Amino acid sequence: MTAEDQKAFEDEIYAFVGREVCPPTPARDDVNNAMIRQWTEIIGDTNPAYTDAAWAAGSARGKTIAPPAMMYVWGQEGFKVTTGRPADAQADLVNLFNKHGYTGVLGTNVRQEYFREVSPGDNVVMTMTIDNISERKTTGRGPGYFFETLATFTNQHGEKIGTQRFKVLKFIPQEQPATAASEQALKVPTRIASVRGHDNGWWWNAVDDGKVLIQRCKDCQTLRHPPRPMCGHCQSMEWDSIESTLDGEVLSYTCVRYPAVPGYPKDPICAVIGLGEGTNLVANVVGCEYSDVFIGMKVKGKVERVDEKTILPQFYPL
Amino acid sequence: MSETMSDYKTLTCADVAVGDKLPPLAIDITTSLVVCGALATRDFEPVHHNKAAAVATGLPDVFMNILTSQGLMARYATDWSGPEAVVKSVDLRLGAPNVPGMVMTMTGAVTAVDKTSGLVDVAVVGENNIWGMHMQGSVQLALPQEA
Repeated sequence: MTAEDQKAFEDEIYAFVGREVCPPTPARDDVNNAMIRQWTEIIGDTNPAYTDAAWAAGSARGKTIAPPAMMYVWGQEGFKVTTGRPADAQADLVNLFNKHGYTGVLGTNVRQEYFREVSPGDNVVMTMTIDNISERKTTGRGPGYFFETLATFTNQHGEKIGTQRFKVLKFIPQEQPATAASEQALKVPTRIASVRGHDNGWWWNAVDDGKVLIQRCKDCQTLRHPPRPMCGHCQSMEWDSIESTLDGEVLSYTCVRYPAVPGYPKDPICAVIGLGEGTNLVANVVGCEYSDVFIGMKVKGKVERVDEKTILPQFYPL
Repeated sequence: MSETMSDYKTLTCADVAVGDKLPPLAIDITTSLVVCGALATRDFEPVHHNKAAAVATGLPDVFMNILTSQGLMARYATDWSGPEAVVKSVDLRLGAPNVPGMVMTMTGAVTAVDKTSGLVDVAVVGENNIWGMHMQGSVQLALPQEA
């Protein structure tokens, strides 16, 4: 695109700023209990201000209200959008972007402000304009323009109930590397696999069989963990192992809050466990809150499958 | 069954302080939640109920519509505040899509309290366990001055 073409294109898009997307349009249905109930059930919102008339009668409001976040819902087009959006200034702007290669679309920000609550029987009237269009930006998705619509909502008496600003990026999609499609396949991440070498592979293999082993010097009987070739006590290289009963005690612990690692539980409790046999083991404490853990807490270990690929000893409070 | 007044508590301005944390809330992103959430918000865009249409846009499955995310963020704030709180604004920035099979965990903290007006700002992040930040933003509530 030459500089002149670019200028001509921008003149065309910026001419949309201030244009009306929809004139003041009353919602086809008044605010009503049926739509409120459906929304609250699905969103999981048990706020009695929305659905409990008896409670609401005794509340400061004196009656139920619609969830404020439903403000835009009342004026939605409906099922016909499955076969395309009606022509309006926003659709024309989108088509203009598409024609010039800005086919990518991404909603980036929504801000709703509420000035007045509405109740069943009220009607929500929506007006929308194209409020602003940014200069051309380089974004992670590709070069593009942000445009923002401003919707204003009033009730049947003309009282302003709220506004909504919705920002959309229209961009030229970048060539994705060939691997992108497979990376996008939804795969639940698993934990980082244990590294199994000559000196410690046997220990992890035993965990896979449900056992936590402790290395023992064949000469002086000293136990050691983590696994290593030589006895630290007598320097013997001869060893065998015993199986731990997994009776233990918390010697030290922490909660790993940051960074969150995909595949791991959120805020895992990591502890140094003193095993009854005398060696220590770093493992997760599970089955209780972080605030319940204390130094000296008695725990019992279980070897468990924690994800599709990983088996680990974990410790539970007694 | 209708509950009695005393079953619902609303925080007052005096109860909250900057830095207060909201209890985390984990939401299982299921096909039912994505599709039904889209319908409850009358958002009939095919990408929210028709897997083939979603796959054509490069995603593995149907994905949550913005109005459902916005509803979940508002609900998260009022679950904490109680029913007499008045929602003044919901401001959110969108990140990675929520796709069935994911778990989105919402966390929040109080970032501003104006004792005079009763306005309280709560910063909220909704992070899914696979692609990370789904939404990030703030909810402003007006809390009663006293119980």
